[in-house]
Amino acid sequence: MQLNFSELQYIVGSAETAAGMKELRPLHPFDDNVIGFLNDLSSLLRTNRSFPDVATFGFWCRKAALLQEKAKYDDISGCFGKGTVFHSTPSNVPVNFAFSFASGILAGNANIVRLPGKSFEQVDIICGAVKQLLSDKHKALVPYVCFVKYPTKKEITDAFSALCNVRVIWGGDATIAEIRKSPLPPRSNEITFADRHSAAVINADSYLAADNKDAIIQNFYNDTYYTDQNACTSPRIIFWLGKEKETAKEDFWRRVHAAVKEKYHLEPVQTVGKLQALCRVSAVKPMKLIRNDDMFVTRLNVEQLGSDLMDFKYNSGFFFEKDIDDLSEMLPVCGERCQTISYFGIEQDEFSRFLEGSAPHGIDRIVPIGKTMDFSLIWDGFDLIRQMSRRISII
Amino acid sequence: MTYDDMLNIPPYSLSKADKDKLLAERLRELTLLHREKCPEYANILNCLGFEPDSIKKPADVPFLPVRMFKEMELRSVPKEEIVKTMTSSGTTGQAVSRIFLDRTTASNQQKTMVKIVSDFTGSSRMPMIIIDSPGVIKDRAMFSARGAGILGFSIFGAKKIYALDEDMKLDVDGLRNFTEQYSGQKILLFGFTFMIWQHFYKELLRLRDEGIIFDLSNGVLIHGGGWKKLVSEAVSHDEFHSRLKDVCGIQDIHDYYGMVEQTGCIYMECECGHLHASNFSDIIIRRAEDLSECGIGETGIIQVVSAIPESYPGHSLLTEDEGAILGEDDCPCGRKGRYFKINGRLKNAEIRGCSDTYAAKFQ
Repeated sequence: MQLNFSELQYIVGSAETAAGMKELRPLHPFDDNVIGFLNDLSSLLRTNRSFPDVATFGFWCRKAALLQEKAKYDDISGCFGKGTVFHSTPSNVPVNFAFSFASGILAGNANIVRLPGKSFEQVDIICGAVKQLLSDKHKALVPYVCFVKYPTKKEITDAFSALCNVRVIWGGDATIAEIRKSPLPPRSNEITFADRHSAAVINADSYLAADNKDAIIQNFYNDTYYTDQNACTSPRIIFWLGKEKETAKEDFWRRVHAAVKEKYHLEPVQTVGKLQALCRVSAVKPMKLIRNDDMFVTRLNVEQLGSDLMDFKYNSGFFFEKDIDDLSEMLPVCGERCQTISYFGIEQDEFSRFLEGSAPHGIDRIVPIGKTMDFSLIWDGFDLIRQMSRRISII
Repeated sequence: MTYDDMLNIPPYSLSKADKDKLLAERLRELTLLHREKCPEYANILNCLGFEPDSIKKPADVPFLPVRMFKEMELRSVPKEEIVKTMTSSGTTGQAVSRIFLDRTTASNQQKTMVKIVSDFTGSSRMPMIIIDSPGVIKDRAMFSARGAGILGFSIFGAKKIYALDEDMKLDVDGLRNFTEQYSGQKILLFGFTFMIWQHFYKELLRLRDEGIIFDLSNGVLIHGGGWKKLVSEAVSHDEFHSRLKDVCGIQDIHDYYGMVEQTGCIYMECECGHLHASNFSDIIIRRAEDLSECGIGETGIIQVVSAIPESYPGHSLLTEDEGAILGEDDCPCGRKGRYFKINGRLKNAEIRGCSDTYAAKFQ
């Protein structure tokens, strides 16, 4: 099979590495060598000061954390990786590919990872560290790792799809549809991360009482603006609970605005995009723009929640907002497409009551504000280790 | 003042104070009209918390992004009154703008264009060479900004020929017969910037090497559609002028800026190389950070306002183009009003507008 194309770049590994994967010995989930490799990778990355997302990945894949994860997978220690995983990673979140790769190799597989098309320093840093480890202490894992870069080209996706046992597609929907034009072998399975939306809910009174407001704002910033509010985990709608909603909102958004103005660069095309998004939604749904001095933070107070509201979501700091008295009022936007609810000042049992009472079709995770991007091996409702490994039954 | 009254004022005669007053009043009326007749527009104003009474000058009028017309049908007249639907150019798969015209708006577009262009070409009709293929207006699917531009300018032509055939090849015999027949008369030439360069200028240059020379020194050339493709071929405005003059003697050359969403109110380039706003429309430059108004010379996002649109709420639009006001009321050409320059599309914006669609495919 052809694995060399003029537009295909092998950043880690080579066409020979990819070609050899078929014959490779699959590993058990949480193989000791793999954990050792990821722990060394963690040492190289978790001290990174320039990129919090690189440090976060580094922190996630340290040995102690992985052993904790391993303990949860007691029952599958006799399983094997399915073989070869082809990962198509998102272009708008720089380190996502690293989590996808780590999950694939932890499950016991060889991995072909398509890196983001956009260039990010974070990608270079992580690739550099992986290369360094593979060339030295972890040569044994060389055959299991291929990182590639290529423009959207069906022939290349065809080739990698044809040799994989699992295909992981980080969406959105259009990307999934595009990649699905490349056939998979009959026994291969696919994990797709489709377009999702997320929400945040804040208890106004708890917020006002908090003495670490700047940290809360920083966390919120990391959940939103850090990825242009364009990750599936980024909240697009903010719910407010509690009594002193107006006071809390005033304080919260004043601080967010200051942080954004200091750190965020807004391109003219984003301003036009936000204005467009505002007009598009307000033309058909009653809502009020909250007056602001500039375009850094766009807030729309929604009069009535509908299940299609999130079809109008936008990025670059574009927030729907709604006052509620009970979590159950969030239900209309908690349909199948709803992924993450991030929160501040709300007790776990309040969420439990909401989930019991309303039984939403969506919501895969409920996490504190600042933790939306924290990767977990159960992601978007998929148990990645189990989906990428197989069990052999002996009777 | 009615629009007909406005048409009776010479198009570049009003200085700032008078123009602002006249235009603000008309734009306020249009804002009220569209709020009453177009529910989506009313909803948007409501969301913005906008009160039409607060309009004191043209820059106070709220603006819609031009892309709105790609995303939804916005009309301020019942369907039965629509006589023409214009669409913007767009490559396959791209959304196109849909602009709905009733009789009044369509007619005002044409009258306005006549007033503006006549200021540059004189008011009598001229023999006209259209530097494009007749296919552009025959094919309904292609009846887009290019077709609309050609039809719009055709009203200035007495006798017309298309200089290019269906394959975009220069019709050498047709052009020769036409120029011989009308030699000594002023001839109007019209086309899109990139097509003129690619299919007209380059062909004339080749023909000259074969000894075939056309004399168009009596001609006036009007071209539009943007410079994007020529910039990538490293052809500057000045070079465009000098090379055309060199190959066929034409010297009277005017670029124009305009868009299908505000047909009629085009911005013509004067003898000094400046694009001009007429009495019927204006250019406002805005800062991306807060959408506040830029000062003279400061680059920002271009907003356009037009006194024409009655059948669709497109009287005030934020474009996806970038530019700067160069001055107001004091251009050496003597025309009043704002004059400005266009830098091109905002970085990363979807490519749209007249001939750039073709340019994108041409590579």
